[in-house]
This record gives sequence, structure tokens and C-alpha cells, in this order.
Amino acid sequence: MIEFLNFYLIPGLVLGSIYALGAIGITLTFSILRFANFAHGETMLLGVYITWSLVQFSGLHPLIVLPVAAMLTVLAVLFIDRAFYKPFRASPTIMVVIASFGMMLMIRSVVQFIWGVQLKGMTQGIQRPMVFFDSLRISPKHVMIISATIVLMLAVHYLLSRTKIGKAMRAMSDSPELAKLTGIDTEKVVRMTWIVGGALATAAGVFLAIDTHIDTNMGFKMLLPMFAAAILGGIGRPFGAVAGGLIIGVVEEISSYPWIGTEPLLNPGYKAGVAFAIMIAMLLWRPSGLFKGKVF
Amino acid sequence: MSVLELDAVVGGYGDTQILHGVSMKVDPGEIVVIIGPNGAGKSTAMKAVFGLLNLSGGKVSLDGEDITNMPPEQVVRHGVCYVPQTSNIFPSLTVEENLEMGAFVREDDFQPRLLELYEVFPPLAEKRKQTAGTLSGGQRQMVAMAKAMMLEPKILLLDEPTAGLSPKYRGEIFSIVKTVNATGTPILMVEQNAKQALKIANRGYVLVDGKNKFEGSGQNLLDDPEVAEMFLGGGAAA
Repeated sequence: MIEFLNFYLIPGLVLGSIYALGAIGITLTFSILRFANFAHGETMLLGVYITWSLVQFSGLHPLIVLPVAAMLTVLAVLFIDRAFYKPFRASPTIMVVIASFGMMLMIRSVVQFIWGVQLKGMTQGIQRPMVFFDSLRISPKHVMIISATIVLMLAVHYLLSRTKIGKAMRAMSDSPELAKLTGIDTEKVVRMTWIVGGALATAAGVFLAIDTHIDTNMGFKMLLPMFAAAILGGIGRPFGAVAGGLIIGVVEEISSYPWIGTEPLLNPGYKAGVAFAIMIAMLLWRPSGLFKGKVF
Repeated sequence: MSVLELDAVVGGYGDTQILHGVSMKVDPGEIVVIIGPNGAGKSTAMKAVFGLLNLSGGKVSLDGEDITNMPPEQVVRHGVCYVPQTSNIFPSLTVEENLEMGAFVREDDFQPRLLELYEVFPPLAEKRKQTAGTLSGGQRQMVAMAKAMMLEPKILLLDEPTAGLSPKYRGEIFSIVKTVNATGTPILMVEQNAKQALKIANRGYVLVDGKNKFEGSGQNLLDDPEVAEMFLGGGAAA
């Protein structure tokens, strides 16, 4: 039982938190700008490398430089929106989707060009796990990731439910046409969407880098589980995306627990497939997701 | 001077021309109704005011100012509010958040206006914290109208506010339209339920094939045998 908590459930929650933060950006872009942003994983990647450079440069802890890194990443994302997505605002969705696909390849190449392709580490040394009740072992970085995620989610909740621009984001996610007719400044809402998505993607990427390591494929590897999380929660439902992320993270991890006998139920090599199995099952059974999102 | 005036407006979507020279006006304090058969261009005429289609000819003016082909987000800022026939509320927002969004372009404190409108629409005050998508059709219409009224517009455009509503709600909506109008806001309204609409209207226009066919006071149009024959379903109650 304690082994289940230590090695399966808690890592699952950590991975789930990372998916959740990334999926919020995907679900917001999907519902407000109406396109599936394939470059979202690469936003994460860019954020991670910017953070890495700042850490190298300043010698500070990644969590301390994270706000600055997030700001720089957001600036890059706003520039990309202005230069590459804005011209397609009135075009059919498929054109922007393909543009974002191209953007994904471009960002990754730029990152590989600047920072190289070898593995890097965000933090050095090994951390001793904290021990609770003699047997529950949680590594400090996991405590940090989960608590930082909770703080960020509360911030997102505050933004969306209490501020004018946040409410306008939800309004535009309901109906971009009506938002325009109502006089809502839709370009401002779009910018805010990129700011929130870009900042959360940076945080998610940095948490993943702290938990594992840094390589230039990490964004792409995260992309599809994040989409699965957004779809599971319902497109346009940020808290659905959070629930979806946590469910997918936890299920991926516990799928290799020896539920029957002593062998893992599912070989850990198949973990990535679990997210898709959940996504496909959801699309077949309930395409609007757990929290009744949009169906396009 | 008329609040709103359309002068020989010509236009449509893409290459399809729908309006072939429509003229109409709304004077201060009036309720004006546009009626006519399906495809006559009633809703299109209204969208022409709001910059939702490209006009190739004619002129739209608001308080004497030329607003022809002005984009919708500008038209709103000039004090015209438009309530589309469908998807006219934000379903996942609460009633109060919907009204707040209606006030998006306002820089000043809109709370007093909010309270005023809760008095005009008492059911909304009761349900202000409820998600708008869970309301009945009639109450959604109220949200849509109240949301548009948040800006204290110079004129309110309503596209078939009673479409798809039960007769009970229809009556309610028409009386709300009258109440809103009584607060001093002129209203231009497209209606399928022509008879009831003309009863509360000061004046009406009958459009056919994108052109003016008849016009007159609400009562005159109701009494006109030709109009009655063609558009009011003969003598039968609509």
C-alpha cells in the first residue's frame, strides 16, 4: 500500500499537475482562438531553456527565476501570435492549425540551434525524500511541484472568475461572435490568453525539468497527453483540463502497478498509450468531455 | 432628427445581394417593427446597421453621423446595441456576468445601471448568480436584452426576440420591449409574430425581396387589408 503511494500515486499526481498546467493553455487557446495549438509543447520547451539559461547565469533556484523566464516566454509567444497567427484570424481553422504545426518545428529548431541537443539538468545533486509516518516518502521537489501547481490554479481561478478580462475570456470562449457584437476587445482577450497559456506552459515545463531532465523533445512528448487532458476535461473548461491532467497523470502511473500478481499490469513502456486510450474512449463515449465542453 | 436612418441601402453577403435599396428610419422614443416574408431581408437590414455585411450602396446614419460599413465593435461604441436572434447570451457565465460583459466598453461604474435593470427585469435579479445557460428561453431573452441595455444605447436592435418562445413568453417579451422603450430607448425590431409586434409598434415597415413594400403606423398596417392578407395570416389570430 505504502509502496503504491510512494512510487505510483504521488509520481502520478506530479505528472498530472504538469499535464494540468499545460492543458489549461491548450483548452483556452482551443476555445478562445478556436484552434488546436500544436506549438504549445514547444512553448513549454522554450520556457524551460530560457529558465535553464537564467539559472546558469544567476545561480539562483529555478523557481526563483521562473517568473522572469515566464515573462520572456510570454513575450516570445505574443510576438509569434502577432507575426504568424494574427494574419490568419479570419481564415479557416485548419490554416492556423497547420501554421501552429510549422511553428512547433520552427521553435524546436531554434531551441536546438541555440542550446544544442544534449541532455541537460535543471538542478544538480540528489534530494533526500522527506519521510512522513515512518514510511510515506515524498521528495521535496514533488512537494514543491504540487504546491506550486495549486497556487497557480488558484491564481487562474481568481483571474477567470473575478476579473473583467478573465470573465471576457470565458465569454469569448462561449461565443467569439457575440463577444465582438458586445463590444468586448477581442484582441485584448487573445493577448491575455497567450499570456496565461505561455506562463503556465513555462511553469509546467520547468516542473517537468526539475522532476526529470531537459531535452529538446520534451515539449513534443508532453503535447499529446496535454491534448488528451484538455479533451477529457472538455474543451474550454480550464478546470476540466486540470481534472483531465490529473486523471491522465495518475492513470498513466498506476497502470504499471502490479494490480494482479507480481508483474506490472501494463509494461511501463506502454504508459504513453494510456493517455490515448482514455482520450479515444472519451471521444467515443462523451465527446464534450467530463465538464461539458465544446464539440467542434 | 431621426436616431437611425437607412437611405436606399444596397448590399448582401459576398456576391449575393439581398438588400436592393431599403430605406427606413427610427425617431426618438419609437418602436419600429420590420415584418415581411421569409428571405425578404428583414434581419439583413438590421445587420446592415450593425456593420455585419458590406454595403455597396446607400447610407446608414446614427444621429446624423454616417456609420455606413462601420465595423460592429465601433458601432457598439457609438451607442447601438444589437441582440441577435440566436446565441445572444454567454451560456456559461452567470446572469450578472452576462450583464457585466454588456458593459465591457463602459469605463465608469456600471453598478447603478445594473440595479436599474434588475428593476426592469425582476426575474434576473432573483437569478443573478445562476448560469445563464440554465435559464428558460424567455429568461434568456431577458438576459440578452438587459445585457444590451447595460450600455444605455441610443438605439436597441432586436432580431426576432420572440422566435421559438411559447405564446405565454411571447406576450411577456413584448411587454418587456414596451417597458424598455418607456425608459426612453428607441427600438428597431424584426418580428415573425407580426400582429402582436405591430400592436406595440409606433410604425412598421414591410419588406419584400429586399425592398420596401409598405410602411405606416402600426395600426394602419394592421388595418390594411393587403398587408393583412399577405403577412398577417388573413384575419386569423397570429
